[in-house]
Amino acid sequence: MALLQVQDLCVTLNTAHGPQEVISHINFSMEAGDKMGIVGESGCGKSITALALMSLLPRDSQTRGKIILEGRDILKLNSNKICSIRGNRIGMIFQEPMTALNPVKQIGAQVSESIYLHLKLTRKQTLERVSELMDKVGLPVSKFGLNLYPHQLSGGQRQRVMIAMAIACNPEILIADEPTTALDVTVQEQILDLIRDLADSSGMALIIISHDLGVIAQTAENVMVMYTGQSVEMGSTMDVFQNMSHPYTYGLFSAIPHVGSSVQLDRKRLNSIPGQVPELHLRPRGCNFADRCSRALKICKDKEPMATRVADHHQVWCYHPLTCEDKK
Amino acid sequence: MKQPLVKIKGIYKDYQLPKKFLFQKAPVFRALHGINLELHHGTSFGIVGESGCGKSTLARIVMALDEPTSGTVFFDGQDLFNMPAAKLKHLRRNFQMVFQDPYGSLNPRKNILGIVAEPLDTLKEKLSFAQKKERVAKILTEVGLNATDTDKFPHEFSGGQRQRIAIARALITRPSLIVADESVSALDVSVQAQVLNLMMDLQEKYNLTYMFISHDLSVVEYVTDQVAVIYMGKIVEQGTTKTLFHGPLHPYTQTLLRAVPDVNPLNKKQKNKPVIPLFKKTDMSCPFIDRCHKATKTCVDNAPELLGNDGHLVACFNAE
Amino acid sequence: MFRTLVEILRHGLKNRSFIIGGSISLLFFLVAFLSYFWTPYPVEDINIADKLLLPSAEYLLGTDHFGRDILSMLIKGAGNSVIVAFVAIGIGIGCGVPLGLTAAAKKGWMDELIMRFNDFTFAFPSLISAIMITAILGPGSINSIIAIGIFNIPVFARVARGAALSIWKREFILAARSAGKGRFKISVEHILPNISSMLIVQTTIQFALGILAEAGLSYLGLGTQPPMPSWGKMLNEAQTFMNFAPQLAIYPGLAIALTVMGLNLFGDGLRDVLDPKLRRSR
Repeated sequence: MALLQVQDLCVTLNTAHGPQEVISHINFSMEAGDKMGIVGESGCGKSITALALMSLLPRDSQTRGKIILEGRDILKLNSNKICSIRGNRIGMIFQEPMTALNPVKQIGAQVSESIYLHLKLTRKQTLERVSELMDKVGLPVSKFGLNLYPHQLSGGQRQRVMIAMAIACNPEILIADEPTTALDVTVQEQILDLIRDLADSSGMALIIISHDLGVIAQTAENVMVMYTGQSVEMGSTMDVFQNMSHPYTYGLFSAIPHVGSSVQLDRKRLNSIPGQVPELHLRPRGCNFADRCSRALKICKDKEPMATRVADHHQVWCYHPLTCEDKK
Repeated sequence: MKQPLVKIKGIYKDYQLPKKFLFQKAPVFRALHGINLELHHGTSFGIVGESGCGKSTLARIVMALDEPTSGTVFFDGQDLFNMPAAKLKHLRRNFQMVFQDPYGSLNPRKNILGIVAEPLDTLKEKLSFAQKKERVAKILTEVGLNATDTDKFPHEFSGGQRQRIAIARALITRPSLIVADESVSALDVSVQAQVLNLMMDLQEKYNLTYMFISHDLSVVEYVTDQVAVIYMGKIVEQGTTKTLFHGPLHPYTQTLLRAVPDVNPLNKKQKNKPVIPLFKKTDMSCPFIDRCHKATKTCVDNAPELLGNDGHLVACFNAE
Repeated sequence: MFRTLVEILRHGLKNRSFIIGGSISLLFFLVAFLSYFWTPYPVEDINIADKLLLPSAEYLLGTDHFGRDILSMLIKGAGNSVIVAFVAIGIGIGCGVPLGLTAAAKKGWMDELIMRFNDFTFAFPSLISAIMITAILGPGSINSIIAIGIFNIPVFARVARGAALSIWKREFILAARSAGKGRFKISVEHILPNISSMLIVQTTIQFALGILAEAGLSYLGLGTQPPMPSWGKMLNEAQTFMNFAPQLAIYPGLAIALTVMGLNLFGDGLRDVLDPKLRRSR
């Protein structure tokens, strides 16, 4: 049985324009050790998905569907039970390490917080566990000590503390929501390496969320591309990135300049996707991407597309997926 | 050779840090350390570096928003920091800036007409309201917005549209230099491409000179003709975009380029290995010594100068 | 301007303290406005025959020891409070806001000078100093206005400076500077509109404090002079009859408490309405 199964997840949030469905019919499942990437532009619902998995959505939101963690639907649990899962079975790393850490608490105390809460260890055991964790994330206690405050650390070091907090209780699942967006490239590389190594060595399942296609390509084995709260393409990273079938995925790829572009003789214009992401309350009836899509026909505007299988483990939600010839 | 549009000459910028003790001398943080650059008409010059390296400070100095501790900037041969304030105000019409944050760089209480028309006050001739409105409408259509948007407020626009407004504002005085400080880094990729295309179209149309500051190497490579890499307030490597990205010489540039994650999952390229610093950094030594895998004894006591030929300069004793 | 007003009302009508505080304040201002044209009885008329009457159909709230109609005195007193608080706030904003904006714009020694002057005035409890000022200038409404006004100056200077400093750090200020705008023009065109909501909220709070201060001064006999009635003076006069006519103290006391509470509630509600971040989380 799968470690985590998300079935038909829908989330409705209260907005200025009344309740709006921000996530519609998300399905995926993960085994232990899987690395899944969720990629999309801002407002596509990738962070909301992560918060839904952690049951951290605002109280006035509605969640439908199932999130089954080891056979139990966590959406049906009461708040006490959810607290025992959050931080214990599922750990999360946030984007902005400066705001996600408490500025007036020493890092040692912050890391030991969830150990106290969930593992019920003695003081001494907790301290041992903390120093073990700090070694793991590359902030050995011998060099850094536990009594530093977040402002005394660099951005990368803060993110390492965040990672130590997230993996403190050996969670089965680690969710990293834009873990490197606020960091410099060289630090980003180190942090991604660290996350990948930790997941490999402990058998954690990893969900990495990013807007950066490169980060996903280098970290995740499977990927889900999201647009306006829906999955538009899903499959193994190799399949999706090598053989993208949804016009949106293809649009995203051709919109980024690649390193090495200056060597090409003629500098082409970047392909951009025309228009902009429709606002929540203005989403069209059919395919949400139809208004920006050059391949859209009448059916796209009338009816939402269903999943089509392009290859084993490669699905696309499009009536007219791209073929190899289309991309030339 | 033609006179450069902008000549940055020996810029140093020190900031006073807060005192540690009451009677101690305030410590000084050197944000820029002897920067020399030349920007030529109609070209794009990229400035690359990590956060805190001083690239934004440099942008503010070129825009004469901040005074350097020593050194100066010549714009079209005129010394920006040695002229009467009134003259500088009128000269400002020739250089404008596009900022990073499309949400913070537009006054939320002003309408689009007020925002875009603001730089027109630097012109010598006074324009009537109708003239201003006409010019704003014209420039708005040029950046891909509606001429009728003048009465709207910034919050009615998306991030990409706001950045277009910021570009319209920068262009309204028909400047020759645009300083773009991380102007597309806050935007989503698809919108980023639209804005980059727009900026390149405008460059062609008006023969603009760009000073393009970014931490995103792929964007800089795509947009610019010349690049300088800054590390801790110093230029460590400089050259044409093609040579620098194709054959980086400085270990720092090499590290940066290797760190960019490739979008091709098959392309598992050579990774940066963690560097164990062999030498202790002093005030005299090369600033990169503690992160460099090529450091030798020479690097401890001397900081390398920016040297090279064919316009490809590098500040490293062990460059290959 | 009109659009912002409609916007404030639209959001305000969802906010409970805005509605309650706003209606009390509105009632207070209407009554104060009314007092300049009409009161049930002229407040100067002394009618010893009708002294210390309990509420009746003739005198809705009864009469005081001179036989004056208490309702009329309360209405007239509201008008008097509004004038004093209004002009005093005007002095506070007129001097304080430019000082605060200058301090934020110039930084350096100018900032130091203005803020140290502020600290100096803050060091005295405001009512005590107001007593001191009226003692020097002599009692009277105009002097109490000046006294209260002077102590509004540092409050507004401080609020304006604090808010302005955070706006000065924003990118659009940098953009305005690169458009060649000077510090003065930036302060007026960019800073002021962006700190106006904070100033408005502060105004409602200072208004309540101004009414309290006026009542306090009049209570001590340093504010409004007879025969003009004022809430503070009514309290003072009622003190003598506390044992057999407590209603004389209760009415002005209630009027003061209700007005101050209403204005403070209104200020709180207005702050929530004007701050978009708070608005979203409600």
